[in-house]
Amino acid sequence: MDISMIYYIVPSLIMFCCGIYGFVTRKNMIAMLISLELMLNAVDINFVVFNRYLFPGQLEGMFFTLFAIAIAAAETALAIAIIINLFRGSKNIDATEINKLKD
Amino acid sequence: MDITLPILILSIPLFMFLLLGLLGMKMSHKLAGTLGTLGMGTVLVLSYITAFTYFFSGSPQFISAAGERLQAVIFNQTWLQFSDTLVIKLGFLLDPISAMMLVVIPTISFMVHLYSLGYMRDHHGVYEHGFQRFYAFLSLFSFSMLGLVVATNIFQMYIFWELVGASSYLLIGFYYKKPSAVSASKKAFIVTRFADLGFLIGILVLSYYTGTFDFMSLTSVPVDGMADVYHVSENTAVAVKGIFQSSAAPMFMGASVMTWALVLIFMGGMGKSAMMPLHIWLPDAMEGPTPVSALIHAATMVVAGVYLVARLFPLYLMEEAALNIIVVVGALTAFYAAMVACTQIDIKRVLAFSTISQIAFMMVSLGVARPEFHHGIGYMAGMFHLFTHAMFKALLFLCAGALIHAIGSNDYTAMHGLRKYMPITHITFLIGCLAIAGIIPFAGFFSKDEILTACFGHSIVWYVWMSVVAGLTAFYMFRLYYLIFWWKEHHVHEGHHAPHDQPMTMTLPLIILAAVSCVAGFVPFGNLVTWNGKPMYDSMGFFTNLQHLDWSVAAISLAVAIIAIAIATVMYRKENPLPDKMANMFPRLWDWCYHRFYWDELYMFITHKIIFGCISRPIAWFDRHIIDGTMDSLATITNKASYAIRGLQSGKVQMYVWIYLAGALLLGAITAICLM
Amino acid sequence: MESVGSIIMYLVIALSIIVFSVLTVTTRKILRSATYLLFTLFATAALYFKLDYEFLGAVQIAVYAGGIVVLFVFSILLTSHPGHSSERLVSRRRVLGIIAAVATFIIAGYALLSRCTAMFASLPEMENPTMHKIGETLMGTGIGQYLLPFEAISVLLLACIIGGVAVARKR
Repeated sequence: MDISMIYYIVPSLIMFCCGIYGFVTRKNMIAMLISLELMLNAVDINFVVFNRYLFPGQLEGMFFTLFAIAIAAAETALAIAIIINLFRGSKNIDATEINKLKD
Repeated sequence: MDITLPILILSIPLFMFLLLGLLGMKMSHKLAGTLGTLGMGTVLVLSYITAFTYFFSGSPQFISAAGERLQAVIFNQTWLQFSDTLVIKLGFLLDPISAMMLVVIPTISFMVHLYSLGYMRDHHGVYEHGFQRFYAFLSLFSFSMLGLVVATNIFQMYIFWELVGASSYLLIGFYYKKPSAVSASKKAFIVTRFADLGFLIGILVLSYYTGTFDFMSLTSVPVDGMADVYHVSENTAVAVKGIFQSSAAPMFMGASVMTWALVLIFMGGMGKSAMMPLHIWLPDAMEGPTPVSALIHAATMVVAGVYLVARLFPLYLMEEAALNIIVVVGALTAFYAAMVACTQIDIKRVLAFSTISQIAFMMVSLGVARPEFHHGIGYMAGMFHLFTHAMFKALLFLCAGALIHAIGSNDYTAMHGLRKYMPITHITFLIGCLAIAGIIPFAGFFSKDEILTACFGHSIVWYVWMSVVAGLTAFYMFRLYYLIFWWKEHHVHEGHHAPHDQPMTMTLPLIILAAVSCVAGFVPFGNLVTWNGKPMYDSMGFFTNLQHLDWSVAAISLAVAIIAIAIATVMYRKENPLPDKMANMFPRLWDWCYHRFYWDELYMFITHKIIFGCISRPIAWFDRHIIDGTMDSLATITNKASYAIRGLQSGKVQMYVWIYLAGALLLGAITAICLM
Repeated sequence: MESVGSIIMYLVIALSIIVFSVLTVTTRKILRSATYLLFTLFATAALYFKLDYEFLGAVQIAVYAGGIVVLFVFSILLTSHPGHSSERLVSRRRVLGIIAAVATFIIAGYALLSRCTAMFASLPEMENPTMHKIGETLMGTGIGQYLLPFEAISVLLLACIIGGVAVARKR
């Protein structure tokens, strides 16, 4: 049996759908952030898989993933800083109840 | 002539206005009043010197070899230059009438300044609130009025004309805490502004066709060899008329454009001089302080209309129609105002209507003046009457001020029998009444007699009409005199001081003006002021006027005056029921006179019911509902729409994700279907 | 034809990706959610290794598993009580979430299957990218080389550090 591209893409797609589900159902902001990481990761997998199967020998997809990981790290760090700050202000990180930028 | 004096005459009052207006509150009341009075005194001396130099120096600049008086332009500075032809200049024109006004205005103004030092304080010597402001406004008025009379062109005249109107507004509304004074000042301003609209249009029409604002180009020709000296000439006026007749639109609505221009300019004069139907502001203007009434609303500003017509007289001579309108308006106004004056209770109102009537006399006099008859005696008579009337009417107003100051009311019913208490006021008021009634040898006799002579020369109808008005004048003035000083003994309320003559600052102007009223008639006016500068009499002496009287006319007018005074004496000298009986005999007529023929009500009806109701209200409705409505509905729609979509910006992250996701899925689905 | 070991390897990776992803979003304890995320990330790293991108797999483990998940754990411990489960989801909310996920799955899956013949191509041969080559690509300035994005990313990271400090700083 050949492991063709589709065999990698489908798990990645399932991961992405899980991310969507988590993002829209969870109320906890950290849980939402975790779901976001899932979706990002799914996209990273796609980049790598397409690169490996369609353009072997080139490195564009791989580098894109590399940068995406870096940016995801930065984004997560910043988001968590904001969340902690919010928590410090209101003792609450429920996304449905935080709808003001200030106060 | 040197330009120093004219410049000083104009700049001292202006400087005083700025000084008192800006720094007045920092000064004591006394200092401000003294400064204003001294400034006006200086102007008085300087203008007397200027006028006497003009009339009696015999310099070739002012009088030609043939004895004609010339117009001298002392200076004429370009002020605004819009284009090569449209130039507005400010200058100083000396000619017989402006020199005469240079005597009249500072004299009255100085008397009023002096008088106000006493009038504008109460019995305990406390100055009224805004005393310095009062003097600042008086100076502003004097400046504007002097600027008006010496104007070298019609636009300068218009500028100062408006300044005069503005200072009149400020002075009528001097007691700005009194609602009646505020509404009176507004009324005066609006009515005169309306009239000035006509004036402005007239100026524009006139200057559009003639291409000039200058009085010299309109009415006179330059004298050979002297660039700034002019000679009043009928030929120039004929040339102006020619311009109108040869132009593209000589006719408009059945009258020539020149007639229209002159009538519109006269409309401005009607507003300022309170001719019917624009007279309604003057009686209300009596809400101002009495010295102001004496200065502005009796002697100087209200004759500006007369002065304007006199200034353009050669042009009016070219248009018979305009002159006839002036005569009709003047005659009607004179009669109307005299009738109303017979029934008023407020002494200042009586004097106000008397002023209207007397100014109408001057207008009629100008209107009937024709060069064919006695070298245009009407013009000279009108100017003569302007001069004498200024003196004795200012006197009467200042007397009224003294009475009001002593009694504390404008109402003659609070006076009665004051002759023993205020002897100086009594005598001077009597002199004023005799002068205005036209009793020889007081000033009014001569000028009124000349006017009647001029009317007689024009048409017997106007002569009879104006004689009747003269009789009415004598009657109502003596009615007022008897009701104030006789009728019954004065009743002094307990605890009140008996009324007494006022302090020297107030009685001195009365005495001076009374003396002037006694002798002003003997000024040989015919040799000084004529429409074309040519003297009317060969010789010039103290009795010239007496020698040249038309004794038949004089005798009739004297008889009329004496009969009228006799009737007044019978009716009002002692308390008796006769006046009430007379009033009851013609109740309708009396009512109409008492209510000033319901002119104010008519205006109220026209403005409120017709203009406001039929024009303003629909426009206001349109403005409020259509224009504002459009704007409001734009705002409302935006508001409503924003409110409706406000939920999209809820700040709830998951809501955003849902919407984003729905959009993305939809796009994906559409793409998938299309690719299928 | 792949070797059996490779196929077993693949099955383990794919299954763990699917199972741990689902568990990540369905568990009600937030700390467990983070732990399942960690496993998912490890599985992803393994997938990178299997596709011969060793460097990328190493980065994935170092940055994601070593950095981000630790951050998550810290923030979870700071903001909520460990062991505390979130309240049960409202069923309407869950149904909506499932619908969204399934719709995405269907549309994306349809797109993948219907259009791309390349989806079924077998794995082509490829030399593992050497560290030397990766370094050159990352630090070069020519075509297909990424010095500028690298620098931009480093500036972005710096900005994030400063921003994180500024936001979280106690006032």
